[in-house]
Amino acid sequence: MGVMKRVQLVFRAKANKALDRMEDPRETLDYSYQQQLELLQKVRRGVADVATSRKRLELQLNQLQQSSDKLDRQARDALAGNREDLAREALQRKAGIQSQINDLQVQYASLQGEEEKLTGASQRLQAKVDAFRTKKETIKATYTAAEAQTRISEAFTGISEEMGDVGMAIQRAEDKTEQMKARAGAIDELMASGALDDMVGGPRDDIQAELDRLGASTSVDRELAQMRAEIANNAPKQLEGTQQAEAADAEPATAQVVEPAGDGE
Amino acid sequence: MIVRILGEGQLQVPESAAAQLNELDAELEAAVERGDEPAFRAALEALLARLREVGSPADPDTLEPSGLIVPQSDATMAEVRKLLTDEGLIPG
Repeated sequence: MGVMKRVQLVFRAKANKALDRMEDPRETLDYSYQQQLELLQKVRRGVADVATSRKRLELQLNQLQQSSDKLDRQARDALAGNREDLAREALQRKAGIQSQINDLQVQYASLQGEEEKLTGASQRLQAKVDAFRTKKETIKATYTAAEAQTRISEAFTGISEEMGDVGMAIQRAEDKTEQMKARAGAIDELMASGALDDMVGGPRDDIQAELDRLGASTSVDRELAQMRAEIANNAPKQLEGTQQAEAADAEPATAQVVEPAGDGE
Repeated sequence: MIVRILGEGQLQVPESAAAQLNELDAELEAAVERGDEPAFRAALEALLARLREVGSPADPDTLEPSGLIVPQSDATMAEVRKLLTDEGLIPG
C-alpha cells in the first residue's frame, strides 16, 4: 500500500474516531474550534519556549567563547614570559572548551531549525483555523443539521490532520528543548560549582595566578634594580666623592638609569 | 491530489506524478520492512526531493484532507514505524 497511504489512513482513522464521538454535528464545529484555538496557544507557547532555550544557549556560548579567548591571551603572555609549559596548559584547556563550543553550536543550530519549523506550523495552523471559522459560520447559517453532516466531516477531517501534524511538531520541539534544558542546566551547574572555574578563569584561575606571579617577579626585579641604582647614585654624595670614580667605572649603565630619580630629589 | 509532508504542510501534486511517487514510496516501505537504515534514509530523501520538484504549496486556507502523507525529512525509522503501526505519535 505504501508508507504515504498508510500514514494518511492512520491520520484519517484518528479524525473519524473523534468525529464519531460527537453527537450533534453542529456542536462539533464549536467544540473543534475551541480545540483549535487551544492548540494555537500551545504552538505559540512552544515557539516562545524554544526561543528561550536558544537564547540561554547563546549566553553560554558567549561565556565559553570569552573563556577560550582569555586562555588564548594567557597562552601568548606565558610564551612571551618564556613559560612554554604554562602556554601549553592554557592551550590544552582552550581545546577542551572549544570542543564544548563546537558541540553547543550543533545543538544551537538544531534548536534554531526547530524554532523555524514551529513558527511555520503556527502560521499554517492559523490560516486553517481562520478558514475553519468562516466555514463553520457558513455551515451553521446555511444548512440543517442533517445536510451539514458531510460538510462538517470534511472540514473537521482537514483541520484534524493539520492539528495532528502540529501536535507532533510541538512534541518534537518539546523533546528537543527538554534535552537542551538538561544540558544547559548541567553547564550552568558546573560553572556555579566552580568546577569549571579552573577551566574558564574564575577566581581560582591557576594559570592567571602563575602569570601574575611571573609578572610580579618581573616588576620586583625591576624595582630591585631601581633601588640598587638609587643607592649607587646616592652613595658618592654621602661619601664625599671618595668612591665616585670607582662606582662610575664599575656601573656606568646603572648610573645612567638612575639619573631621572636623581632629578626628582 | 494533495500530499502532506509532515512538519512542512500540504503540496498540490499533479496526478501524472503518482506512478513515480508510488515507486519511490514502495522502496521506502521495503526499507522500513527490512529495517535497512541507509536505504530508508536514501528512499525518504528521494521521495521528498521528487515531491518538492513536482509539487507546489497548496492553498494555505484549504481544509481539504490530504490523500497521501509523507514523514518529514529528519524522521527516524523508529518514528515512521510507530506512525505506521499505531496512532501513538499523533496527539489528541
